[in-house]
Amino acid sequence: MTGFKVPRYAAMLVMAVFTLYFLTPLWWLFIASGKQDGQVTEGHALLPDNFALGTNLSDLFRYNDGVFLRWLANSVGYTVGAALLGTLLAGMCGYALAKYVFRGRELIFNIVLGGVLVPATALALPLFLMFSKAELANTFWSVFLPSLVNPFGVYLGRIYAAASVPDELLEAARIDGSGEVRSFFTISVRLMAPAFVTIFLFHFVAVWNNFMLPLIMLGNERLFPVTLGLYSWNSQVNQHPELRALVLVGAFVSIVPMVIAFLSLQRFWRSGLGAGSIK
Amino acid sequence: MKKAILFFVAPFGALFTLFYLIPIGYAIWQSLFTVERTGTFGPATEVFGGLTQYKQVFSDGPFWESIGRVLLFGAVQVPVMLGLALFLALLLDSGLVKGRRFFRLVYFLPYAVPGVVAAIMWGYLYSPNLSPFTEVTSAVDLLSPSLVLWAMANVVTWVYVGYNMLIIYSALLAVPTEIYEAAKIDGAGVFRTAWSIKIPMVMPAIVLTTVFSIIGTLQLLAEPQVFRSFSSAVSSTYTPNLTVLSTASIPNFHLAAAFSVVLALATFVLSFSFLKFTQRKGVQ
Repeated sequence: MTGFKVPRYAAMLVMAVFTLYFLTPLWWLFIASGKQDGQVTEGHALLPDNFALGTNLSDLFRYNDGVFLRWLANSVGYTVGAALLGTLLAGMCGYALAKYVFRGRELIFNIVLGGVLVPATALALPLFLMFSKAELANTFWSVFLPSLVNPFGVYLGRIYAAASVPDELLEAARIDGSGEVRSFFTISVRLMAPAFVTIFLFHFVAVWNNFMLPLIMLGNERLFPVTLGLYSWNSQVNQHPELRALVLVGAFVSIVPMVIAFLSLQRFWRSGLGAGSIK
Repeated sequence: MKKAILFFVAPFGALFTLFYLIPIGYAIWQSLFTVERTGTFGPATEVFGGLTQYKQVFSDGPFWESIGRVLLFGAVQVPVMLGLALFLALLLDSGLVKGRRFFRLVYFLPYAVPGVVAAIMWGYLYSPNLSPFTEVTSAVDLLSPSLVLWAMANVVTWVYVGYNMLIIYSALLAVPTEIYEAAKIDGAGVFRTAWSIKIPMVMPAIVLTTVFSIIGTLQLLAEPQVFRSFSSAVSSTYTPNLTVLSTASIPNFHLAAAFSVVLALATFVLSFSFLKFTQRKGVQ
């Protein structure tokens, strides 16, 4: 069967249509965050006119003693901290599961893999009950500590370590008198660098987007991550109409750091995601 | 060697036990208790109730309605989203598209937007009195009881198509090019190559994305929770997780824990049997 030829312009047309689908809402958000007093229906929807982004930004950052900046800082704290430490721990565990033969290895791996299939939201309620018992609910730690655990990272770490760290190299290091832990930090971490970046990025996005845990755990507004903060503003818009402008400009500001992070780290995404689906 | 293994495994193992295994056990334990009062205003005491809470879960109409709702949502949204993701990945990989880097990036960008923020943004776009697209929103009420589920499906699709596309596309890039050469010599066209070679080769990636999508669907929370302020059609028991949340805020932690356990079990069974099913078919 000789294939029917798809014209190049048809393919490009499809790509262009989807580009519009993905970008239009973001562009609208940018324009809307510059509308005066949150009057989103005034003026043109997709072109800037009477653009007041600067005023809206300063309103946003000054509202309620700068609570929005506080939320941003919280999000960064929860996310960067948990993702950095969580990645190292998951990577180490995955590495050990790939490179050492020991009793209970497969059992541990299977339990962790089962953990991948347990929805994180199912854990939020019992975690809240446990943290309340320990009188630690509604604290930074009640969101930070559970966010450290990333079973999917262990799975990825194991696959990568098996694929990228040769046993011969570790054997050679052993002969040279290097300890196992030292070999890991001097040799294996470097070989597994793309894996670590991928695990980190997955973890980062998961924690940044996590909604159920902080929603259940936190009552104190000053501890909110930015997603929860925006949600709480948005649900008060009917009582406090002035919040509408802040919700929009806040939503826009909250995605800027993520977009920048994505653009600068995108080459890692591709190489990392590919290896994740080898098995 | 033993010490080193312990050094590598113990930190994760401790946290996993503390914040994964114990909470699961604790939820099950909590769900076996019930609160009893002597008289209407008497002091509340916790007593062991066995499966009392589960009886209530199984007779709770709205909860099973919400399970049905997310299953319907998943049955439509997951195939549409993954079909689109596969289609776009194949198109990117077909050699017909110029500027692949650009498209890859643009399609992936919505993944950077948290679910809450995406839901707020689309909520404005859907609302008849807030949307810039008044021609559409005045003709069809996207937030009406019959359409709001699909309006949310669009939000989830918008966020995750590019992410899934990228996973499938990366798997396509890993396919050795000699296979395509052979197919070309045999006279296979773009469609034939895609159908007979590329799709079977990336099946593991598709299975992976399907499992994550199933888990995500049953957990649906941020979108419906945000949409409650845009549409009265989204009730406090609209999805299983909303039910957990509203039951916990009554507060009835024992019943909420039972809901959580049933939901987690349903999710686990569904994703696990999907994995087993594909394994039996020889996909993985």
